[in-house]
Amino acid sequence: MSISISRRSAFILAGVALLLAFIWVVARSGPLAPVRVTVAQVARADLAPLLFGIGVVEARRSYLVGPTTAGRVRRVAVDVGDRVQAGQLLAEMDPVDLDQRLAATSAAANRAQSAVDTAAAQLADSIARREVAAANARRYEDLGQKGFVSSSVTEGKAQELKSAAAQFASADAALAGARQDLARLNAERDGAQQQRSNLRLLAPADGVVTARDAEPGSTVVAGQAVLRLVAADSLWVKLRLDQNRSAGLQVGLPAEIALRSRPGQVLSGKVARIEMLSDSVTEERIAQVAFDTPPRDISVGEMSEITLRPPPVKQALTLPNAALRLRGGKTGVWVHLADKLGFVAVKAGTSGADGKVQILEGLKEGDAVIVHSERDLSEDSRIKVVSTLAPAGS
Amino acid sequence: MISLAGRDILHSWGKFVLTGMGLGLLIGATLTMAGVYRGMVDDAKVLLTSSGADIWVVQKDTQGPYAEASSIRDDAYRGVLGLPGVAQAANVTYLTMQVRHGARDERTMVVGFEPGQPGEPPNLLAGRRLLRGHFEAIADVKTGFRLGERISIRRHDYEVVGLTRRMVSTGGDPMVFIPLKDAQEAQFLKDNDAIISERARTATNPALNRPGVPGLLDAVNAAQTVNHSVNAVLVRVADGIPAEQVAQEIRRWKHLQAYTREQMEEILIVKLVATSAKQIGMFLAILTIVSAAIVAFIIYTMTLGKIREIAVLKLIGTRNRTIAGMILQQALGLGLIGFVVGKLSATLWGPAFPKYVLLEPGDAVRALVIIMVVCALASTLAIRAALRVDPATAIGG
Repeated sequence: MSISISRRSAFILAGVALLLAFIWVVARSGPLAPVRVTVAQVARADLAPLLFGIGVVEARRSYLVGPTTAGRVRRVAVDVGDRVQAGQLLAEMDPVDLDQRLAATSAAANRAQSAVDTAAAQLADSIARREVAAANARRYEDLGQKGFVSSSVTEGKAQELKSAAAQFASADAALAGARQDLARLNAERDGAQQQRSNLRLLAPADGVVTARDAEPGSTVVAGQAVLRLVAADSLWVKLRLDQNRSAGLQVGLPAEIALRSRPGQVLSGKVARIEMLSDSVTEERIAQVAFDTPPRDISVGEMSEITLRPPPVKQALTLPNAALRLRGGKTGVWVHLADKLGFVAVKAGTSGADGKVQILEGLKEGDAVIVHSERDLSEDSRIKVVSTLAPAGS
Repeated sequence: MISLAGRDILHSWGKFVLTGMGLGLLIGATLTMAGVYRGMVDDAKVLLTSSGADIWVVQKDTQGPYAEASSIRDDAYRGVLGLPGVAQAANVTYLTMQVRHGARDERTMVVGFEPGQPGEPPNLLAGRRLLRGHFEAIADVKTGFRLGERISIRRHDYEVVGLTRRMVSTGGDPMVFIPLKDAQEAQFLKDNDAIISERARTATNPALNRPGVPGLLDAVNAAQTVNHSVNAVLVRVADGIPAEQVAQEIRRWKHLQAYTREQMEEILIVKLVATSAKQIGMFLAILTIVSAAIVAFIIYTMTLGKIREIAVLKLIGTRNRTIAGMILQQALGLGLIGFVVGKLSATLWGPAFPKYVLLEPGDAVRALVIIMVVCALASTLAIRAALRVDPATAIGG
């Protein structure tokens, strides 16, 4: 009988152990188990906001150098990467017949000069004839009054004088006309010369050649670029910031610039300009960030990540932003009070760089709120507070 | 009055318990199979719940974004937002892709969402929500990513800043949440070689690269590289307004397809997981029948093994009722041990499965009832055999 009793108690013991394990498993897993959560307290702290956007390195000043009329490229003097000075010859267009036209207009101008000389000589001749005619007329008038010559002779001399005066006026007008002709042809020659020099493409400013779009022999239309230049000292970053994360953006804000070509290196800069126009399609604000010391060998078009740090909010009520939940269209947090859960709608303010968010309304200092949870919570969720929910090692 | 069943069990309790445990493991396998099926359906539901949407707006005549490909313009949400009854509307992209993490690849569903809008993960397991507009990610803990690690999606690296739990696609792939703009780029941006050959292809097309029209080629290239598409718009309906009413407005006036939560659940559960669910359901049915048969046979053979003792009992004048009671009690006891061991084992090995296994208490209760009924039925077979025993066999051969 004693064997039977010990057997019996062993059997009961095994049964009880199995039952306890069963109850433990049912209570600890599945829907009946408590939700493990982490809890944080609302605390006052300085909150350093952060703005983050991506940008592209751009030149503040860039130039497209090309002809003003359609034509063929004759010569390109520089290549991509060359540094050029203001006024330096970059390329030349083919003048076609412009040189010949220039020679023709200069010859015409020279001929006009000769015409002026001829007219001047004719004028001198007419002056001499008029003087002789005037002397004769005066003499015959005296003789006529004394009755030595007939009146018809006197009248003939007077008529000769009028004719000489008319010839003088004609020669004078011819000289003026020849002079005007000369001025016109000189102007034409100068104009042809201007056109000729306009075919030489000069650098408008100091810079670096970034593109050589046309080679000698290719035809370009008016306004098409043969070469592109950028002012190498005017590089900055065009920053694009999501509109809903751009509060606090202002000129002069210090910036951390991380270029894609230089991982691990952070360059300093400042917001130089904020554009008034937002990109309405991508819903981004656009600002320009200038380097404090422009790095050398930086490429235009390079991608960069920019972090701006607006001034911190002092002594704000803060909470980890993971605590914020959306429930029934309201943003709020789960408040843990005396082992009970309650959803409290809050008004969140600035977000800080450390993952904290400013609480404007709804909570007071010292309130305990649920930050992380294994599952979505509800008012009657059973919870178990733990220090961390992440698997070991993270 | 002493319990005949109890005494008999005590007599060979090791054998009894071992039989019960063997049976339990079989029941455990059946319960797990039910859990796999429930998990599959739950994956689909949790996908819908976690998105926080009441209406899914997708490309016309598609069943996107989960069951079918859908692509709509990313400014379509503005028109939806203007409809009466719409409280929130946000773009979202879904893309199943490999995410590089060190040397290995992880198959994930990359979700592009806008912070503070539907589509954002509702609760975190660790870490924080996204702070920067680019290059930060929240990953499901099943990906194996840890906080602070860097992962590569297409050409950019992302820092894991938060972890979630039970955020999976219908295929069970864990989700990685990244900002919408990055996700759009990841989804539609081709690799560099493809971009360059595309540009060359455009340049050789005389219609797009005409002499005398400078800038045309650049304009065409620029137009080809931008893509303003998303997979769906998630809509949250204002309180007190029926979702179907808003969905009808969207279908009628926006020329887009709109699904309410019920319709989406129907698409996911009836259409997307239907075949695999039926497959598992079939298997579950067979497993249940096999388990019932095995329980019946075990009890039957257990009784046959004690046929001599039963004959002795009959010889000393034990009533049939007492003998039947003994066999029934043993069968039920066996079933009970089997159920407890089965539930225990299923719970223990369930989390080790790669996909989610949901063990519902309702299923457990149903299983218990079925086991007890099967045991009771099986014992009738054994009882019939026991009652037909000739008491003479106790002294005879």
